[in-house]
Amino acid sequence: MSGTSAIESGFAEREPHIPEPTLDRPIDYLHAQSTLRSWFLATDHKRIAILYLASITAFFIIGAVAAGIVRLALVVPDGAILTNDTYNKAFTIHGVVMVWFFLIPSIPATFGNFLIPLMIGAKDLAFPKLNLTSWYIFMAGALFTMVSVVLGGVDTGWTFYAPLSTAFSNSWVLPALIGVTIVGFSSILTGLNFVVTIHTMRTPGMTWFRLPIFVWAHYATSLIFLLATPVITTALILLILERAFHIGVFDPAYGGDPVLFQHLFWFYSHPAVYIMVLPGMGVISEIVPAFAQKKLFGYRFVAYASIGLASVTFFVWGHHMFVNGQSDLASLAFSALSFAVAVPSAVKVYNWTATIHKGRIRLDTPMLYAMGYIGLFVLGGLTGLYLATLAINQHIHATYFVVAHFHYIMVGGTVLAFLGGLHFWWPKFTGRMYNEAWGRISALFIFIGFNVTFFPQFILGYLGMPRRYGTYPPEFQLLNVLSSAGATILAAGYLFPMVYLLYSLWFGRRAPANPWDAKGLEWETASPPPPHNFLSLPEVPRVPYDYPIQERESGRQHT
Amino acid sequence: MSPHQSALELWPASASAVAVETDYLILAFTVLTLVLTVPVFLGITYFAIRYRDGVEADRDTSGLRSNLIEISWMLIPFLLTLIFFAWGARLFIISKNPPADTMVIEAIGRQWMWKFQHPTGQSEINDLHLPVGQPIKIRIISQDVIHALYLPALRVQMAALPDRYTELWFKADRTGTFRLYCSEYCGSDHSVMDGNLTLMTQSDYQHWLTHSGAQITAVAAGRAIYNAYGCGACHDARAQVKAPKLAGLFGRPVKLADGRTVTADENYLREKILNPNGNRLAEGYKQIMPSFAGVIPADDLGRLIDYLKADTQTADGEATR
Repeated sequence: MSGTSAIESGFAEREPHIPEPTLDRPIDYLHAQSTLRSWFLATDHKRIAILYLASITAFFIIGAVAAGIVRLALVVPDGAILTNDTYNKAFTIHGVVMVWFFLIPSIPATFGNFLIPLMIGAKDLAFPKLNLTSWYIFMAGALFTMVSVVLGGVDTGWTFYAPLSTAFSNSWVLPALIGVTIVGFSSILTGLNFVVTIHTMRTPGMTWFRLPIFVWAHYATSLIFLLATPVITTALILLILERAFHIGVFDPAYGGDPVLFQHLFWFYSHPAVYIMVLPGMGVISEIVPAFAQKKLFGYRFVAYASIGLASVTFFVWGHHMFVNGQSDLASLAFSALSFAVAVPSAVKVYNWTATIHKGRIRLDTPMLYAMGYIGLFVLGGLTGLYLATLAINQHIHATYFVVAHFHYIMVGGTVLAFLGGLHFWWPKFTGRMYNEAWGRISALFIFIGFNVTFFPQFILGYLGMPRRYGTYPPEFQLLNVLSSAGATILAAGYLFPMVYLLYSLWFGRRAPANPWDAKGLEWETASPPPPHNFLSLPEVPRVPYDYPIQERESGRQHT
Repeated sequence: MSPHQSALELWPASASAVAVETDYLILAFTVLTLVLTVPVFLGITYFAIRYRDGVEADRDTSGLRSNLIEISWMLIPFLLTLIFFAWGARLFIISKNPPADTMVIEAIGRQWMWKFQHPTGQSEINDLHLPVGQPIKIRIISQDVIHALYLPALRVQMAALPDRYTELWFKADRTGTFRLYCSEYCGSDHSVMDGNLTLMTQSDYQHWLTHSGAQITAVAAGRAIYNAYGCGACHDARAQVKAPKLAGLFGRPVKLADGRTVTADENYLREKILNPNGNRLAEGYKQIMPSFAGVIPADDLGRLIDYLKADTQTADGEATR
């Protein structure tokens, strides 16, 4: 900005008649073209990211309404509000939509799409048309699944366990299965695009150990997309064949094995947890140093921990099946391996904490979300170890303890990171600043509402309340009412950003290129960025996170 | 008898030594969780306030970072949690190796009821009566989808698979009435596939087997079957579907669509359930009922008809009162 004004004043001194430029800012990606066609046939990774952002927000609203219906029904123990069938359909829609159409694409398909090229100094992803194709595949699959909801719903749970899903359910299972199968291809193509981009499109000087952790996290996530998604695709296709044509794979009535489906399902669905969690960790690793104005503590350890988590996660799927008829030896092995996940997770958490130590902390909205994330992720992670402990699992498996645990990881983790990242990069995405006071209020509402909703569920699970129960014994009512009350606070916390962020699009203050004094190449270009990201080749700093406050290393130096 | 209830309980009832030890394990793990998390929570909060922007503070961080500190916070929490892996594994191995002198109960799960059979032949639906002080092994199988038998007071659960037996065992040491559940989601009425686990002394159990056991549960068994096959969806008084209401039907004359009048006796009901397409349609109704031939086994059909009979007696009783 100051450079531009210097040039302008220079011009003004020499040639007083030259008119002022008609545009006070360069053309950005949002205003480069404005036809509908320019959006729906966009190959600019930033526009595709916005398409994803709009779609997953819509799916989040659908999933959240279903969650609201579930929590409303559980206010009374006797099922007076919803019939069992309606309740089952509500929690199935909640699970299917939230997992497959919100959580899995959430951070990678929006922030990853938008930011990876910016962060590595590239002008787009490696395959821009493939990127657009991924979005169309995603929408086709998601809308296919929505057909089953419109026709009357699905009641199998998001886990689609056979033979319930293949032979016994009388609901619209096939469209849901086909839709979810289609969406898998979108994940695979996005993962492929990211891997190739990170390998081949880094700007000169952007070595692997100068990449932001966000990019490392997305690299690890993309490997999971590529290696795990084909397994669930295969499993779902087998499920479709069995339901449609009675080809016996999982149903013992046709010579199949129902536990086989669980193995295939969790071989994908456990790593899928890290598809949701790793990008969130990437977001937090950007926000915390920016709002501490301090270099990320232990950069290399955090980078390796991302790859470590993505690797270990492929060897722990059996911990979902300790009481499902898996062999005892397998259970012992899977339990032991699951504890290994604690190592890279601890690396992340302690390094974030150490980054805050002796920083120059600004408690702006993204930082509040990041701090909330760390707290909830720690609780969610450690309660995962309870479930990995064999004897404890025999009691709390399939109870509300599990429900609480994975919501701490997925809502406390992924959703908080998503919202933190959305507030952090909103100026970059839109060129507008949002109302900071409302941002902080909503972060507080979400943190409090989340804990009031889900902490009681840990206790409910320990007391022995099974999950997926539309009716329940009366002694569990008090904690359920508390949980539902918390959900209303949480809902308010979700509503605020939808209002003030939309408001900021038209009435928000114009954002400067780098409103947070953050490091990283994405902050070196205008907000919003021009169509090809950088007007001149960005210069890569010698170290990543070159914030004012830095530790002097006693260990290996970063290069 | 229904299980002990109070508005807010923070400690579930436990009825075996393994359950008590599982609680100790959970409690100890919770202590470790607090040791690992509270410093992080307090640290983040304290640092965020102490070092907030605009506050004078010592921000000299020279020499703080080292690989030693990284490795220590990688390994110390991991090694501490491994203690709990070992403890949990030990309890798990105990729970997988029943002693030789177990009493074997057969458990059959199906949409949406449990059937338990005692070694002496008595069977009960959804409720389970067992003696304390005696190792008991429950052998579990399913007739349709995957279910799971969950006995929270004993801190155990096990899947009921449709293609093979699974088992769980325990030795209860406390009498009382506790809950039992299906804990693997199994379709529409998953949440009503529950019942009571009554643990009693050996002599009470023997008394129950010889006296109350069989009779009390016959009607309950029939009602469970009536619910399990979804009969009520059409035939209950409140049902939306236009179908004959069954309360009070048994023994009454029924006018058929073809003009005949028959008595709703055992044989009529049996034929009607197995082959509703035959020439037995009641007057004023459409033929919409599916056939249950090959769906309801003979013994269940008997219990179902007994239930419809008993239901008439109940209805009569209420009418004359």
